[in-house]
Amino acid sequence: MAVLPPGVSAADFAAALSQMATALGADWVFSSDDDLGPYRDSFSPVWDTARERRAGAAVAPADVAQVQSVVRIAARYGIPLFPISTGKNFGYGGPSPNVNGSIVVDLKRMDRVIEVNDQRHFALVEPGVSYFDLYRAVQERGAKVWIDCPDPGWGSPVGNALERGVGYTMGHFRDHFGAHCGIEAVLPNGEVVRTGMGALPGSQSWQEYKYGFGPDPAGLFAQGNFGIVTKMGFRLMPAPEHYRSGLITVPRRRDFVALVDHVNYLSDSFMVGEAVYGSPLASLMGRPDFLALATKPGGASDTDLDAAASAAGLPSWQVELQFYGPEAATAAQWAYARDRICSAIPGAKAVAGEHFSLPPTPDQLANTTQPYHSLIRRNGAMGVPSLGIWKIVRDNGHVGFFPVLPRSGEACFDMQRVMCDALREFPLPPFFSAVTAPLYWHTFAFQMVFAPSVKRDDPAHNAMVDRAMRKAVEVAAKHGWGDYRAAPIYQDAVADTYSFGDHALRRMLESMKDAIDPQGIIAPGRGGIWPRRYRESRDGRTSA
Amino acid sequence: MRVLTLIAALAMATPATAATERPAPRPDPAKGAAVFAKWCAPCHAPGMRHPGTAALAAKYNGQLPPELERRSDLTPDMVALYVRAGISLMAPFRKTEISDPQLADLGAYLSPRPHAKGARK
Ligand SMILES: Cc1cc2nc3c(=O)[nH]c(=O)nc-3n(C[C@H](O)[C@H](O)[C@H](O)COP(=O)(O)OP(=O)(O)OC[C@H]3O[C@@H](n4cnc5c(N)ncnc54)[C@H](O)[C@@H]3O)c2cc1C
Repeated sequence: MAVLPPGVSAADFAAALSQMATALGADWVFSSDDDLGPYRDSFSPVWDTARERRAGAAVAPADVAQVQSVVRIAARYGIPLFPISTGKNFGYGGPSPNVNGSIVVDLKRMDRVIEVNDQRHFALVEPGVSYFDLYRAVQERGAKVWIDCPDPGWGSPVGNALERGVGYTMGHFRDHFGAHCGIEAVLPNGEVVRTGMGALPGSQSWQEYKYGFGPDPAGLFAQGNFGIVTKMGFRLMPAPEHYRSGLITVPRRRDFVALVDHVNYLSDSFMVGEAVYGSPLASLMGRPDFLALATKPGGASDTDLDAAASAAGLPSWQVELQFYGPEAATAAQWAYARDRICSAIPGAKAVAGEHFSLPPTPDQLANTTQPYHSLIRRNGAMGVPSLGIWKIVRDNGHVGFFPVLPRSGEACFDMQRVMCDALREFPLPPFFSAVTAPLYWHTFAFQMVFAPSVKRDDPAHNAMVDRAMRKAVEVAAKHGWGDYRAAPIYQDAVADTYSFGDHALRRMLESMKDAIDPQGIIAPGRGGIWPRRYRESRDGRTSA
Repeated sequence: MRVLTLIAALAMATPATAATERPAPRPDPAKGAAVFAKWCAPCHAPGMRHPGTAALAAKYNGQLPPELERRSDLTPDMVALYVRAGISLMAPFRKTEISDPQLADLGAYLSPRPHAKGARK
């Protein structure tokens, strides 16, 4: 047994594992190095260094009662637990815990799709259900609903939503935690709670009204450490009849400001699905002169960028719009969007894209027959899980920083310039430049991406990436931009930036943590929330 | 580092150290096909849209087929090592995902067996 949790003796750890083996069956308690290998973060930039966070053991309960047993045994010995659903959180720590020596509670065996309802449009699932599994269940049951999935289909609605992950259909489904409706969780004292209408015995509307009565603690379970979630409901989109797409380009750099305002209107009016922004000028980044312009210290002038665009005969910006619904409604919405934007922005051009009735054929899913080069990943846009996205993974994976920014063109220009300058010292591809487009994943916010790759055999590269990550978090925060999600090794640094009122929010959450989890056994440190017994070393941990 | 360990382990692996040390039913290639379809096909099915197939096409550059199901050089031990340890950008798989008996079935499916090969076509 290589790694023990802080302050836990080898004898106590062994005693706890043997009690867990009695409760779960010896086959479902893992503590050998071989068995724990796949519980390490294979994308880790600190692999095999003292900073890597490693599990001391893993256990795999089969049902809620077994989860309760695990929690009660851990509480007896003060051993930290780290729950995972499918444990595919790559780019954000994989399955690895915040605290060394934690026992990972691997919920993969709890994999029942409890209900799929296509009259009232929801599903209720256990944590081990992957997006592939849920999609299959919907198909097998012939249910007329769509799921909204992240690019990789092997993650889970529960794990992904608890990380506030994202997908690619309509706005209110893309925000996966936002689309949840009803949580069941095992608390640190072993009790089971249900949120919302689930708290009312006999209620039939658990997946329809998520609040119930009184304060709603559901948010405490997302990026939090207040319990182990054992069931979660999700709102689903009724399977639409028709899909339509279209491209709009605008000529000048500044046109982006108006373009974003119009698309915000369309999106907030629920007329469009994910709007996929891009800059056609990105195709010029292979040219040294354009690269230098797009990454010029202090930012290039609009005039220079417009001159480069017109010399290349390219528009400065584009957006691809997607419409779901009855065919006539999608046609009317596209016509409205096109006319609205083209009449307001001089030089704006609209190209009608493919439209077809649903479900898509394999070719339509592959998105290879648009009359223009499309940046849309159709699998996501149609809620069909796959692993096709793994083709973008380089080296041994990457770490992700996705700062949230306002949905305005001006804010995009600011982030491009500030982050480009801040990260200039690092020998990395230009994640931020004058052609960086915002990602429109969450319902009402933009993000940009910084995801440098990790090289298992090149510690110097990884150390550089690590410095770049920390600098990115710090500089972004100075401008009011915060990360939405982070690997355990970065969670304290990110949490530190959410410091309004001298960290009033964190102090409130830590008071609650101490009350609900006095021994600090559930995922201590997750989301930057440390229980009392670990708190003193927070500063050490942050800079470690 | 891990790549080196893997290669060393591969070099030492012999048929006698198969992934089926515990007394288990004989590995069943038909069951292995189902394991492949569920866990491997999303990356390793035929076609360059599948990232595992695309990565192996780039790696072998025509010297070996990029589709795992067309390989004739895989052994259950190799399959077990890659599944449990991962390789390059492929993450490893846990026993809660692919159990040891399922891994043995998968190994039987992917290693060359005349009758099974035909069945796979
Ligand atoms: C190439 C690539 C593309 C990606 N694309 C996307 C994308 O499009 N959208 C996206 O959102 N992400 C994306 N990701 C990130 C990640 O792969 C997914 O978010 C994935 O779904 C997360 O893993 P999971 O679902 O297995 O969750 P898990 O790893 O199971 O859970 C995530 C975390 O939530 C907590 N948790 C999980 N289960 C429980 C529980 N039952 N109770 C309490 N806490 C729990 C734990 O802290 C855990 O670490 C991408 C990653 C890569 C490498």
